[in-house]
Amino acid sequence: MKVLLYLVPIALCLGLMGLGAFLWSLRSGQYDDLDGAAVRILDDSDVEPIDDARAKG
Amino acid sequence: MSPAINFSAFVETSANGDRRLDLAVEGITCAACIGDIENGLAPVAGLASARVNYTHRRLALVWRDDAFEPLEVVRRLAAIGYKAHPFRPSRQEEVEAAETRDLLRRLAVAGFAAMNVMLLSVSVWSGNAGDITDETRDLFHWLSALIALPSAAYAGRPFFVKAARALRNRSMTMDVPISLGVTLALALSLYETIHSAHHAYFDSAVMLLFFLLLGRVLDQAMRRRTRTVADNLMAMRGETAVLLRPDGAHEVPVRAVRPGDEVLVRPGERIAVDGVVLTGLSELDASLVTGETAREPVAPGMQVYAGTLNVSGALTVRATAPADSSLIAEVNRLVADAAQARSRYLRLADRAARIYAPVVHVAAFATLAGWLFMGAGLHDSLVIAIAVLIITCPCALALAVPATQVVAAGSLFRAGVLLQSPEAVERLAACDTVVFDKTGTLTLPEPRIVDRGRHDPDILATAARLALSSRHPLAVALSGEARGALPFAGAEERTGEGVVAVIEGVEARLGSPAFCGADAEAARILAADPEATAIAFRHGGRSAVFTLRQTLRPDAREAVAALRAAGFRLAILSGDREAPVAAAALALGIADSRFGCKPADKIAALDAMKAEGRKVLMVGDGLNDAPALAAAHASLSPVTAAHVAQASADALFMGERLAPVVAAALIARRALTIMRQNLAIAVIYNAVAVPLAVMGHVTPLIAAAAMSGSSVIVTLNALRARADRSASLPRSAYEGGRATTPGVEARAGA
Repeated sequence: MKVLLYLVPIALCLGLMGLGAFLWSLRSGQYDDLDGAAVRILDDSDVEPIDDARAKG
Repeated sequence: MSPAINFSAFVETSANGDRRLDLAVEGITCAACIGDIENGLAPVAGLASARVNYTHRRLALVWRDDAFEPLEVVRRLAAIGYKAHPFRPSRQEEVEAAETRDLLRRLAVAGFAAMNVMLLSVSVWSGNAGDITDETRDLFHWLSALIALPSAAYAGRPFFVKAARALRNRSMTMDVPISLGVTLALALSLYETIHSAHHAYFDSAVMLLFFLLLGRVLDQAMRRRTRTVADNLMAMRGETAVLLRPDGAHEVPVRAVRPGDEVLVRPGERIAVDGVVLTGLSELDASLVTGETAREPVAPGMQVYAGTLNVSGALTVRATAPADSSLIAEVNRLVADAAQARSRYLRLADRAARIYAPVVHVAAFATLAGWLFMGAGLHDSLVIAIAVLIITCPCALALAVPATQVVAAGSLFRAGVLLQSPEAVERLAACDTVVFDKTGTLTLPEPRIVDRGRHDPDILATAARLALSSRHPLAVALSGEARGALPFAGAEERTGEGVVAVIEGVEARLGSPAFCGADAEAARILAADPEATAIAFRHGGRSAVFTLRQTLRPDAREAVAALRAAGFRLAILSGDREAPVAAAALALGIADSRFGCKPADKIAALDAMKAEGRKVLMVGDGLNDAPALAAAHASLSPVTAAHVAQASADALFMGERLAPVVAAALIARRALTIMRQNLAIAVIYNAVAVPLAVMGHVTPLIAAAAMSGSSVIVTLNALRARADRSASLPRSAYEGGRATTPGVEARAGA
């Protein structure tokens, strides 16, 4: 059962890291615009210059 | 002529010198709009950042330069087809945003604790069945305690605080049994851990908190979404006032006007503040205030009310304190009385808690006494009694009502109804009578052209295009026929007369019949229909007189029929005169109608219905409806309603159709049925689980399985409160809200 001595702390650390990551993302405003985040990923205007044909859709 | 809008009242300056301005943007309909706006604003000099919030349909501007003029951004947006309105989040919205973040943090902590404690608990459960050593089990229990105790103290705080408040007020809410159950479960588990016993309930306690917090987060998110839309709509009404100062005229938000200030009200604008007329002659349309559709002449020295529409001439008004006027004071007093009566309403969940808590606590106590009587030791008896409290811990019961409420609020939102108070669904569902105001509620808020078919479509289109250049309310109503055409270049408005432009080399006029030389025809129309008003058009030899009047909402007949079919009794209480009220009642087939009602008369009529045992849903928009809206069992207002009316209503509906009223009544009824079903499920669950617990058969494993099982069942049942998709109404909240306020749009754009 010695394995518990490092498995339990590892499990707890992973859990705490997840919690920390969530709290960080909450603080940095990543949940302020969920719909926007979902569609911004499809925007490729940062890759090439703006194309007029795409502008209004 | 039009003074510059002064945005300074909306700009926030942060500690590091950044200025920030939020704009509510109309016309964001698709994802591509984000790029359109952000890239479109990139060339604006001095702007540090412009970011669209697609969820809230808002644009946040940040700049540092003092010289930067945010009006430049609004102009630029108008050029690429978006209308932006400055706005500052309401106090309520800020508080709700902070609460949402707080609840999310607590939910995250509860989730972390629930997962890790469950990891340890499952090991103990399987070990208890197998060959776990006492030392390992104790270690796992201590680790669980280490995670669960601080997490529960943090995550459970909202429940503990509310429970303490309820106990101080000697009332009973669901928070009391929740807090008691969690605290006792943790205390018992800690005691058992110290004495290296087999069973601990840490997992049940944190899981309970996790489920309950999840319910509250969803509830809060739904409420916030509704609030944002309501705030946007408020900003889009563009309620600004033109303040006359010695250094010139400034357009400022209405809130910045102080008593004693002088305000310029141009024709076609709503008077923003209560006050006294200093200079100018005009006619006022007070339909939003009194429900009266006839115009009243106004002259210097007369009292005017906020919300009245200035029809013909420019006025200077000295603002007075709102309470100065007798009408407003009376309305406010009646609203306060009515609101006090309503605050005594006891929510379904709290009523359930009042029955539930004593029963459970007595049962636990009886279990303790019973086992002691049967000769069990004090420790064993206590453990079993606390197990009873834990297993009955109202996970399902506490979710039964809120979960349904969240789902119903979502359905209502899609149907174009914005809930303003959390218990509105329950109160809406109980109503058996619907009382309508007429002006602005059964009818559209603005007059509409009624003799479209009588005119040459070409003349109508030209007149409507010309009307785009006028701010007069009748012209604004006519401009709705322009269907996206652009105004004529060089059109000129002549105050009190109409608009003139040269079209195809010939002078065209739109305005009063006298201005267009069509007095005879106008007189004939008005003789035939005294409720109507006429606007004339002349282009060379061609002329036309258009008839405009208050018209019923396009689906008023269907909506009234649907309500009648659903078993509602219907009535009209209007502040307008007999003839228009009788005409509307006849058209809709509503037998019970009253006219000329003052605010107190409306309350008296509602009280009479209440005395008959009827529960009334009041639908109204005017200032004069506000007391009735507050006094009725439940109330709805269109988003075009007067401020006081909106504040008194339980929910707002968007768009120019009445269908959301029907949807609200039906969705709420369905939701209430499901809430009752859920409470029944929770009771059945307890009826099965409690005897097991009383007999001492409940282990932590059974407690965990039973609690999550019942929560899931109740939540799944709540999902049925989603209304049938095909029956859902205006999909886009923003389109609907916009369609009803063409006048405001025209003004904001000028």
